[in-house]
Amino acid sequence: MSWLWLVPTLPLAGALLLALLGGLMPRRAAGALGCLSVGLSWIVSLKVAAGYLAATPATGAYGQTLFRWIDVGTFRIPMGLYLDQLSLIMMLVVAFVGFVIHLYSAEYMIRGEGYSRFFCYMNLFVGSMLILVLADNLLSLYLGWEGVGLCSYLLIGFWYQERANGIAAQKAFIVARIGDTSLAIGLFLLFAHFGTLDIQRTMSLVSAPSGASPPVVIAAALLILGGAVAKSAQIPLQTWLPDAMAGPTPVSALIHAATMVTAGVYLIARTHVLFSLSPVAMLAVAGIGAATACYGGLSALAQRDVKRVLAYSTISQIGFMFLALGVGAWWAAIFHFMTHAFFKALLFLAAGIVVQGLGEERDMFRMGGLFTKLPVAAWTFLIGACSLSALPLVTAGFYSKDAILWASWSYRGGSAVLWAGGMLAALLTGIYIFRAFFLVFFGEQRTPVESKPGLLVNLAVVVLAFFAVVGGILGVPRVLGSTNPFGQFLAGIFGDGPAEAVSTEGPFLLFSSIISVIGIGVAYALFKPGVRAPAVARSAAYDAVRRFLLTGWGFDWLYDRVFVRPYVVLARMNRADVVDCLYTGLALIAGAGHYLLSATESGRVRNYATAILLGAALVVAVLLWR
Amino acid sequence: MTVVCYVASAVAIIAAVLVITGQRAMHALLHLVLMLLALALVFFTLGAPFVAVLQVVIYAGAIMVLFVFVVMMLNLGPPGERQERRWLGAQVWAIPVLLTAILLALCGYAIADLGTGGAPAGVVGPKEVGIALYRDYLLAVEIASLLLVAGLVGAFHLAPPTRAGEEAQTASANSRQPEETADG
Amino acid sequence: MADIAAAPTSVMLGVALALFLIGMAGVMIRRDLLYVLMSLEIMFNGAALAFVTAAAKWKQPDGQVMVILILVAAAAEVGVGLGLVLRLYHRFGTVDGDQISLMKG
Repeated sequence: MSWLWLVPTLPLAGALLLALLGGLMPRRAAGALGCLSVGLSWIVSLKVAAGYLAATPATGAYGQTLFRWIDVGTFRIPMGLYLDQLSLIMMLVVAFVGFVIHLYSAEYMIRGEGYSRFFCYMNLFVGSMLILVLADNLLSLYLGWEGVGLCSYLLIGFWYQERANGIAAQKAFIVARIGDTSLAIGLFLLFAHFGTLDIQRTMSLVSAPSGASPPVVIAAALLILGGAVAKSAQIPLQTWLPDAMAGPTPVSALIHAATMVTAGVYLIARTHVLFSLSPVAMLAVAGIGAATACYGGLSALAQRDVKRVLAYSTISQIGFMFLALGVGAWWAAIFHFMTHAFFKALLFLAAGIVVQGLGEERDMFRMGGLFTKLPVAAWTFLIGACSLSALPLVTAGFYSKDAILWASWSYRGGSAVLWAGGMLAALLTGIYIFRAFFLVFFGEQRTPVESKPGLLVNLAVVVLAFFAVVGGILGVPRVLGSTNPFGQFLAGIFGDGPAEAVSTEGPFLLFSSIISVIGIGVAYALFKPGVRAPAVARSAAYDAVRRFLLTGWGFDWLYDRVFVRPYVVLARMNRADVVDCLYTGLALIAGAGHYLLSATESGRVRNYATAILLGAALVVAVLLWR
Repeated sequence: MTVVCYVASAVAIIAAVLVITGQRAMHALLHLVLMLLALALVFFTLGAPFVAVLQVVIYAGAIMVLFVFVVMMLNLGPPGERQERRWLGAQVWAIPVLLTAILLALCGYAIADLGTGGAPAGVVGPKEVGIALYRDYLLAVEIASLLLVAGLVGAFHLAPPTRAGEEAQTASANSRQPEETADG
Repeated sequence: MADIAAAPTSVMLGVALALFLIGMAGVMIRRDLLYVLMSLEIMFNGAALAFVTAAAKWKQPDGQVMVILILVAAAAEVGVGLGLVLRLYHRFGTVDGDQISLMKG
């Protein structure tokens, strides 16, 4: 367990080496180094996990302080790592999925340029993410938070020669910044009230009877929520994620599906004590989650770009996680995070195989008939799609999504409205993902296949497909006979959930299973090979609705009108820079003074004599009056 | 006898005013000479006969002659008079008179306040002055003579050259040079 | 020698001051360089009178020695000054001090 510090350090060391020596190494070496550092990190994390499970500390958590980071008066921030059940799971998932995706991209990115740069950024990302999940105080968490934000920017704009990629990267960074500011203010508030940013201490201080006044709690919780909303691409700060698909597919898989966007979920789970003290904040979380889940589902229905479908799907699924958090089902959110990491990364990687195989073609309506041409991609995509739409019993996604839906109905913070929203989103999920599946892999082939995947790529997707099926075993609910080991494991942190009425969970399980199957069926009916679009699809109203959904409900348009344009107008008005005028004004005054004074240099002896005599008169006067 | 002193002082002041307000150069010069002579008389009554004589001989006799020569050479004439009258408008006088009045007030106050009253003590004859010059102030005398030599050289160099003299000078200079280089 | 018959020292100093200031006014007012030089002469004389007054008051020759030196200085100054005025007249065609302002600015 004392090897914990190696887990984030190995990827960071890899990033450093690649940054310094990457250009000098041959391609294969850079790729090997990149994968090796993350692979070793994963192995160490397994060892640490084994050690933790074998000899769990009495307090349930293992802390390891590396060094004193900031030490200013009463403000002391150590660089410490904290291993408890929650961070253990996060660490394992991040390291494992990171390693698999690194293997995938070792082959996927081989043909482009900037190979070692790619792995440098990816390693940096994994290192920052691990710092984020293992941090024992909020400032170190914020450090990791910023680090992943930076890597997101760097990787979205990886192919920087294309201007659009840079703009997308900027958009992601700026929107994330808004959230970061909110989070930072929340941290300031917490520190001002409790004098510490250590997570466990803060949580215990907050929950103490004389802890904090309700306004402070609500304010802090909402500010932290603001940060989480931006990072996890929830309404209203979700506009960056669809555009972030401009980055390479492995990036989308790792950052914008499996790990970074779930940092918000982790943050709320970590500070759950604070949130659970404020029903307002919890309702906000759940409401945002449910609304975003429906939003993502509806928008994904209208997309043409296969990666954008997956992006909106991610938005929707994280909405589910927020929903779970908001009703108090913390373990369910983390469980869904785990399964989502597997099947979403899988979907992205499979889509990547298709996209690269067709020569970077992303429009689904130009694909088709690939089921036999790219079999590995097809089967793994199918498995991922089933898991995503929660196909009953055989997929991991079923168990996690069901846990959330059940919690949104039965938990104290839940309500029928929230449950209905979740159900609607679940229905939509089946429709949109199978729409994508049928469009991409069936029908007549419109674009020829240029390249087929190799060993590493196939290995990566197969491994993830396996976990997308099997990963749910840990969270099988009691009603089906299991003891829900996942929930039990996390109960050490979150406490037990409400006594589940086993009898009523059964019908709910059945109902949600039926909904998922209906969703898949609708998609089949509408998009199966050979079906023509119904007449209503040609009407103007339909087209308007379609375009509305396509642009993500016009959020970009709204933000452009409300925020961007006024700001640009203000910036143009201030072109002469009001503040700068102070300084240029000083220079102008000096210049004017110069012109005034140089008028006295008339070149006339008479005037000079007068000046001298005037001075003499002054001197005499001064001398006399001393 | 003190009345001589007063009258001579008054004449000096009046003559000085006439100098600075004069419009014809020759008249101004003559007024200046008058002022110098009046001052010489004042020196005499103050018991300084040596400097009184020197004033007349050197100042009024040599320096003023120089002035007269230059004025004659410049030969400004009636156009010069008209020019002067144009230049001496009313507003030209304002600031200088103000400044002068201020200084007069200041220094006059100082003189009165310092209580430097009392009658002058006595006559200081040429013998005493001579002894003082060549015993105590010998170095000053030598430096004064250096100053005069400097003035002499400067005046010679600054004098505007006459046409004929200049040509002859440069011709001889040119003819000398080739000889020197041929020898060297 | 006969006893001196002069006005009190402060009066003589006042006269010297008056002469000096008259000369100063002349320097400030007149544009013609010759007049400026003449006004300078008046200032010199004012200073000389002050020195002689002091010599007479304390019955010491030092003041008169100073006057002799003033004389020497005035002579040298006039010699060089008039030479300059003539040169200026040749160069600019005028003795107007205000025209000779190439050092303007």
